[in-house]
Amino acid sequence: MAKITFPVEASHIMMFARAIGDTSPVYHDAEAAKQSEVGGIIPPPTFVQAVAQFDPDYFLRPKPGQKWFGSAKGPSGIEGKPTSSGGLHAEQHYEYHLPMHPGDVLTAETKPGKTWERESKRAGKLTFRERVTEYRNQKGELVVTARGVGVTTERPVDQG
Amino acid sequence: MALKSSTLKVGDTHKERVVENLSRTQIVQYAGASGDYNPLHTDEVYTTQIAGYPTVFAHGMLTMGLTSKMLTNYVGPGRLKKFGVRFTNQVWPGDTLDATATVEAIREEDGAKVVDLKLSTSNQDGKEVVTGTATARVDP
Repeated sequence: MAKITFPVEASHIMMFARAIGDTSPVYHDAEAAKQSEVGGIIPPPTFVQAVAQFDPDYFLRPKPGQKWFGSAKGPSGIEGKPTSSGGLHAEQHYEYHLPMHPGDVLTAETKPGKTWERESKRAGKLTFRERVTEYRNQKGELVVTARGVGVTTERPVDQG
Repeated sequence: MALKSSTLKVGDTHKERVVENLSRTQIVQYAGASGDYNPLHTDEVYTTQIAGYPTVFAHGMLTMGLTSKMLTNYVGPGRLKKFGVRFTNQVWPGDTLDATATVEAIREEDGAKVVDLKLSTSNQDGKEVVTGTATARVDP
């Protein structure tokens, strides 16, 4: 899989922290963050998930000139698409090796991991796929390791 | 403020309400910040008519982010060594979530004190939506 360049920016960290409702000054107030133990603005623990912004081919972002599967004139922009529930996120794990600050430029490299299947009463056959992403900074140092597990379900998850 | 290993004990808990009456707009906000525009999270028409769900639902990563807010408030910013979760139930607009960390162990790792935490986030019906674990550096 191609490597993705991920510049860590203060405004992006501020927006991400707002989205999770976290008002801690270390995410948006440079002066307060400087006075704190972390010595400057840092991102929230799940921030590297926003690497999707920097993946030119990310499939869950509409792109000019390409059909989008969300609704527009009709309930889906892609007619005849099977009514699959698509993929869901099953697990996410992070290991934090070094601090990260605005101005750092990360390189993310993702490798596929294990794949396994399981039967479930609520959603039929479940197929799990693991992906491991290493984020390195501009010095080549490992900053964060992320391990995600996605699941595709045979049918929408029963809410009963 | 960072935690001190000398004042922590196994079984200590820290609990916070991390969102009240989750709005569809906050889910949209998370889509914009994270870059994950899956219509399952923001597009009511697609989600109900094509995907077959009762309404849109939160990104798992939004629930993990909400859980992280409780965690960093407890252990202090920049203190995490590990943080992992499983998404056990979906989170829907209108949900109110409480996140809890429970001290499982206080030990040494690489010559420094760390705390192992068990994590659980539940909705207003007491249904668990996230379970997980975390390890954080603590002061002596």
